Amino acid sequence: MNPEAAHVLVVGASHAGVQLAVALREQGHHGPVTLVGAEDHRPYQRPPLSKDWLLGKAEKDSVLLRSDAFWAERDIRVLPGERVVEVDRSTEPAVARTDRGTEIAHDRLVLATGARARALPVPGGDLEGVLLLRDADDALELRERLPDLRRAVVVGGGFIGLEVAAALRAVGAEVVVLESADRLLARACGPETAQELLDRHRADGIDVRLGARVTALTGERRVTGVRLGDDHLEADLVVVGVGVVPATELAESLGLVCDDGVRVDERALASDGLTLAVGDVANQPHPAPGAAAGSRVRLESVSNTLDQAAVAAATLLGRELAYPGVPWFWSTQGAHRLQIAGVSHADDERVVRRDPARGGLTTLYYRDGRLVAADTVDAPAEFVTVKKALAQGATIPRERAADVTAPLRTLVEQPVGA
Amino acid sequence: MPIVTFTADDGTDREVDVPDGDSLMETAVRQGVPGIVGECGGALACATCHVFVVDADPADLPAMDEMEDEMLWGTAVDRRDESRLSCQLRPRRPMHVRTPETQQ
Ligand SMILES: Cc1cc2nc3c(=O)[nH]c(=O)nc-3n(C[C@H](O)[C@H](O)[C@H](O)COP(=O)(O)OP(=O)(O)OC[C@H]3O[C@@H](n4cnc5c(N)ncnc54)[C@H](O)[C@@H]3O)c2cc1C
Ligand code: FES
Repeated sequence: MNPEAAHVLVVGASHAGVQLAVALREQGHHGPVTLVGAEDHRPYQRPPLSKDWLLGKAEKDSVLLRSDAFWAERDIRVLPGERVVEVDRSTEPAVARTDRGTEIAHDRLVLATGARARALPVPGGDLEGVLLLRDADDALELRERLPDLRRAVVVGGGFIGLEVAAALRAVGAEVVVLESADRLLARACGPETAQELLDRHRADGIDVRLGARVTALTGERRVTGVRLGDDHLEADLVVVGVGVVPATELAESLGLVCDDGVRVDERALASDGLTLAVGDVANQPHPAPGAAAGSRVRLESVSNTLDQAAVAAATLLGRELAYPGVPWFWSTQGAHRLQIAGVSHADDERVVRRDPARGGLTTLYYRDGRLVAADTVDAPAEFVTVKKALAQGATIPRERAADVTAPLRTLVEQPVGA
Repeated sequence: MPIVTFTADDGTDREVDVPDGDSLMETAVRQGVPGIVGECGGALACATCHVFVVDADPADLPAMDEMEDEMLWGTAVDRRDESRLSCQLRPRRPMHVRTPETQQ
């Protein structure tokens, strides 16, 4: 069959699924495309849910990813509120079934099933008033509780935990953040960036506690407190942000190899060489500059959904496309703006730049002498400089990188031959 | 609702109604205007919503804040005097912008 005419079924209608459908049309696919999503909402953006949404600066309509007309014009069928529970490949073409009994015959299957928030595995973890934050329903529930919120405890000092903490503080709540590690953002940033954000959140009046291990959540029906060994904190709301678990059930039912996500190759193909997986559910060859050969990663970012969807759409059309961008991420935490280009490792060499005038902080990461990543806090010009340099294969000489008297962009050296 | 004309790099025009209060970027992405990506959804984090303003009522072009100015150094096609990030523009009157050849 002509790949441009194949019926593509995309399971999961969030950032990755939407972007895949969009990329298919952009790249010339004209066959049927069906986008099925388990949530009872039209496809929407997740990042605002822990930020502007909680501050009342974003509403249901303003977080939509695309308009209804957009889907109609591109002839993409969107089925919200249906979960694909089974895919039968014994027939030709294969047929997917949803929990509402809809059957969808299709030629190609793309898994964009994402991830779900990890629950806190302690006694009381399921009390009322203990919230996870992954989707719109969670965010609606959290926002409803804000008017009479006095004291919130946020468990987890990662991106989502810190974003929520900053937003709850901004709407006037007393906020405690409990992080079990001895620093914030241990998975994603270097120690200087983590310390900078720690200092800033504490200065904003958030009580951030490191090395804090939650042993139980207390309360009768509703949560009223958090126990940390012998210590006890009062809380009328607990928000848990302790990471996610990739949603691999459907992939496993198809016999696809899964290991922290659906294992895919550089073309986004799963182990059967036929099914594709994109976005937070996909465990892929590491696409970041400087990544070790053979290393793998499951990225959780909007930027990855765009880049991987472009790759997967090309694969579906019988072409090959290399991962087009440099992975990057942003996290707006109250007034503080963290931006990350590339993916750093704990053992990279670091060069730190602090802008004395404006207080922005940049950490540049070097591996084998090569610039591979940067984190910036309130230094957008430096972030874009590194992102662009990485995309062009350019570098910033390590010896000069700490010189804050020179704008970072004047220090970029283009690759030889460019 | 003001009508905004987007001229693509290849010269094709597309007109869209921008609902009051919405940004140019939001409207363009939701309605599928080619040439605007808006990866960060208006958080001033991506610089993939770059436009060149051709014609606008001065009242619809608020002064650029420092953040927008800094992010404009990271656009895929180099900034010019008439460059703006369209997530920062909420026009109330007709406007005409040109989109760059690429945003990424
Ligand atoms: C609160 C929050 C804030 C964030 N902030 C940022 C940020 O600032 N910057 C950034 O870069 N990234 C951010 N992220 C991460 C970003 O949102 C994710 O990387 C992105 O949503 C991944 O998209 P996805 O489509 O792969 O997966 P998901 O967004 O997880 O979507 C998967 C979808 O598939 C559906 N699904 C699963 N199984 C089935 C099935 N069997 N049938 C039908 N549907 C199914 C799910 O219901 C879900 O809707 C944030 C995430 C959250 C939760
Ligand atoms: S949409 Fe990202 S900067 Fe405008």
